[in-house]
Amino acid sequence: MAIIEARSPLALESGVKPATNRMGVFARPTTSQGGWKSWLTTVDHKRIGIMYGAGSIFFLFVGGAEALLIRAQLARPDQKLLSAAVYNQVYTMHGVTMIFLVVMPLAAAFINYLLPLQIGARDVAFPRINAFSFWCWLAGALFFNSSWFFGGGADGGWFAYPPNTGVIFSPGYGLDFYVFGLTITGIASLVSAINLIVTVINMRAPGMSWFKLPIFTWMALVTQFLLAFALPVITVALFLLAFDRNFGSNFFDVAHGGDPLLWQHLFWIFGHPEVYIIILPSFGIVSEVIPVFSRKPLFGYPFMVFSGIAIGFMGWGVWAHHMFASGIGPMSVTAFSLATMFIAVPTGVKILNWVATLYGGKITYSVAMLFALGTVTMFLIGGLSGITHAAAPVDYQHTDTYHIVGHFHYVIFGGGLLGLFAGAYFWWPKAFGHFLSETLGKWHFGLMLAGLNLTFGAMHILGLQGMSRRYFTYSANQGFAFWNMVASIGAFTMGAGALVFAVNMWRSWRKHRANPVDVGPDPWDARSLEWMVPSPTPEYNFAEIPEVSELDEFWHRKYGHDDEHRAVRIAKTEDVVEKTGATGIHLPSPSYWPLVLACGFPLLCYGLMFHKERFSGPGTGEPIQFVPWAIGVGLLGVIIIAVSLFGWIMEPSTDPDDGHSHDDHGDSQSDHAGDLPAGEGELVSVGGGALVSGDGGDAGDSATSKNEDPA
Amino acid sequence: MSAATIPAPIEDAHDDHDAHTTTTGISNEKMAMWLFLGTECLLFGGLISTYLLYKNKPGSNPDLAGSPVKPSDIFDIPFTSATSFVLLASSLTMVFAVTEAMRGNQQKMRLWLVATAGLGALFLGGQVYEFTAFVKEGMGFTSNVASSAFFTLTGFHGAHVTIGILMLLVTAGLSWRGRLPASKAESVEIVGLYWHFVDVVWILIFTVVYLMK
Repeated sequence: MAIIEARSPLALESGVKPATNRMGVFARPTTSQGGWKSWLTTVDHKRIGIMYGAGSIFFLFVGGAEALLIRAQLARPDQKLLSAAVYNQVYTMHGVTMIFLVVMPLAAAFINYLLPLQIGARDVAFPRINAFSFWCWLAGALFFNSSWFFGGGADGGWFAYPPNTGVIFSPGYGLDFYVFGLTITGIASLVSAINLIVTVINMRAPGMSWFKLPIFTWMALVTQFLLAFALPVITVALFLLAFDRNFGSNFFDVAHGGDPLLWQHLFWIFGHPEVYIIILPSFGIVSEVIPVFSRKPLFGYPFMVFSGIAIGFMGWGVWAHHMFASGIGPMSVTAFSLATMFIAVPTGVKILNWVATLYGGKITYSVAMLFALGTVTMFLIGGLSGITHAAAPVDYQHTDTYHIVGHFHYVIFGGGLLGLFAGAYFWWPKAFGHFLSETLGKWHFGLMLAGLNLTFGAMHILGLQGMSRRYFTYSANQGFAFWNMVASIGAFTMGAGALVFAVNMWRSWRKHRANPVDVGPDPWDARSLEWMVPSPTPEYNFAEIPEVSELDEFWHRKYGHDDEHRAVRIAKTEDVVEKTGATGIHLPSPSYWPLVLACGFPLLCYGLMFHKERFSGPGTGEPIQFVPWAIGVGLLGVIIIAVSLFGWIMEPSTDPDDGHSHDDHGDSQSDHAGDLPAGEGELVSVGGGALVSGDGGDAGDSATSKNEDPA
Repeated sequence: MSAATIPAPIEDAHDDHDAHTTTTGISNEKMAMWLFLGTECLLFGGLISTYLLYKNKPGSNPDLAGSPVKPSDIFDIPFTSATSFVLLASSLTMVFAVTEAMRGNQQKMRLWLVATAGLGALFLGGQVYEFTAFVKEGMGFTSNVASSAFFTLTGFHGAHVTIGILMLLVTAGLSWRGRLPASKAESVEIVGLYWHFVDVVWILIFTVVYLMK
């Protein structure tokens, strides 16, 4: 595109050499577009968002395949498709994959792509850290799944309760992959959360006060706060388990005075906010989609914001409802039972506001809208069964049965994933410049909805019949056969739905390639700022940073209202949206280091896991036997991390304004690189894009200088 | 290209060029560090809770496996008080470093940064000595749950101090190579935030772990 062509000449014209060779290998890559290589070095939040999306859809199929294995095994009594040991691995890997490698990163895809656009920014606060977050997540995801090649996956359930997950009962390496894999993806999520929180707090367009912030961005912000404060807690738990499994400590060994409940507390202090981490982005998407296709503003926007914040706060006070059956005592049970019932209130407020938004609206049943409505209704079912579990006496009956499995799938699949699908159909034209097929989309939706209810509805009944979770098979005389068959039919229906989605993505892209149709910036007549920019979004997002004066700023630029408060068009969409082809906007330069740095972590973790023979060394009575190759791999990881942190700090900036008034921002961004390896980014080139005309020899120079004047 | 180019609006002062103009007026870097330190509170919170849960376990039950020696039985309070004082003193030198950075006196700033790092290293040396002494007295990492929790907590803190020392030295090195211009004096302040945090956490650990019975 024109922008990139214009950039290098601009740098030269403004009298500064692009700082390519200052540090040998630490030079920055020079182009950011064209070719697959540019994706490896990109720091563009939109491309990172797309990569998050692609990665999570890949893992959706991995986790989906694992789900189908489970359902194939359970379809009929006394099946021998999977052994008990493999079954344990498959359901654990399914759970962890779906939560950490599908729903969370898919939400991250939307948040990365949309959050800067919705607040009128050119990128996030720290673009390189953003790229690092993605690569680190991917590294952790691949590391975790590589367990299949090292003797089998994790097998302790996604919450990995010790002592069952101790090295005695689970001597394989699957749980070490779980422990270290989640630590790596945790680092990714933590730095991403800090990055995105700073972005929202600090980089909003002029005039965008807190209550003009789009609702999706609000929910994303609450999610990032939950991530930032929940992840350190599980990190502690994971470290303790890692020490137990690999270094001979006994934190969870009752014989040594260890307390398995400590794990449960630490895990669920993370794990319950995690539920809201999964659901809130989806709530945000639904709150964007429903108003657009009802042609009404979101009912009770401030209530939506405050209920989201309330959910975020109360989510910290309900974790022990996962532990009612563990003997934590009547006082704790009562307190957490009440808190759990209370959290239904803000959630109910949200449901009410969605329904009130629909009420009297001019509803278009697009696929995005269908998925959004599916989210509301399915989440309502999951939420209602959740309230029944809040009552501890009922929960004692439900604990560890399929009733619980049915409940949380209604929440996570029905409430979480369906909402993310709604977002996919809604924002697809913005990201890729073409629509997904509505016909195939309706098949996708129909199959998903039918399959979801068949599978998870049947699970509720199975649970009430007394079928426990995690049983790898059951016998014919237990009476579970019918509903298990229904559940399995439903699961394969959802599998078909997922395939239709894949076909839809592929065919829509092919059709677009053969016959490109310009969808325009605003195909849905939508409300928030991202619809003001061309589709697909140009690299620089906004040619001119918009001044915001209203909630739903873009809508208010298109529509005013008459005396009876009916919406009337006051401007043509074409006149309000941004034009294409702006040039000469500084963007953060691409960088190799996020990718290289991320590669170090799995290597380090392989080294830690395999550094000694499993049953040797401290605590076993055997002399320690080191494994040289593993120690070598671990050291290689450490070297890569150290070198890339150094490279990251020393990386020169290619900002052509360098050497003018600014002291080079590229270089001096050092220092707190230590624990937060990702140092600081180069917001300079983002926040203060010097917008100059690219047509003419000296234009770049003069405009740049003009920009300097006020500085 | 020129035909498609839109005219170039020169940006208004508010979102002008100056990277340090943010919505709140606080720089992104500083805000990120504050947030990061917030998350660190939960990390240390979890580790301190673990220690408190386990500190009196050893010896509480004759059937319990592992050494009955509690960490609190063998603490050398005067020695650890001295190293704690060294670490606290490093916060003072850090303040001097930040002040000199703000004044633009890079040479003195480097001096104070190195002094801070040196005091940090002295504290670390004390920790290494203390750990060695404990192991000699029979309390290793795997002796019992309390010793594991003790070494995990203090070890994590020691790792944080190590990272802090590296950050101080890198900052001093960058300044020495002339790569820390006056406009980036805030970097020193941000490193300082981290350093003070590590000190404050130590005050908490020293009180809760060493002094409270």
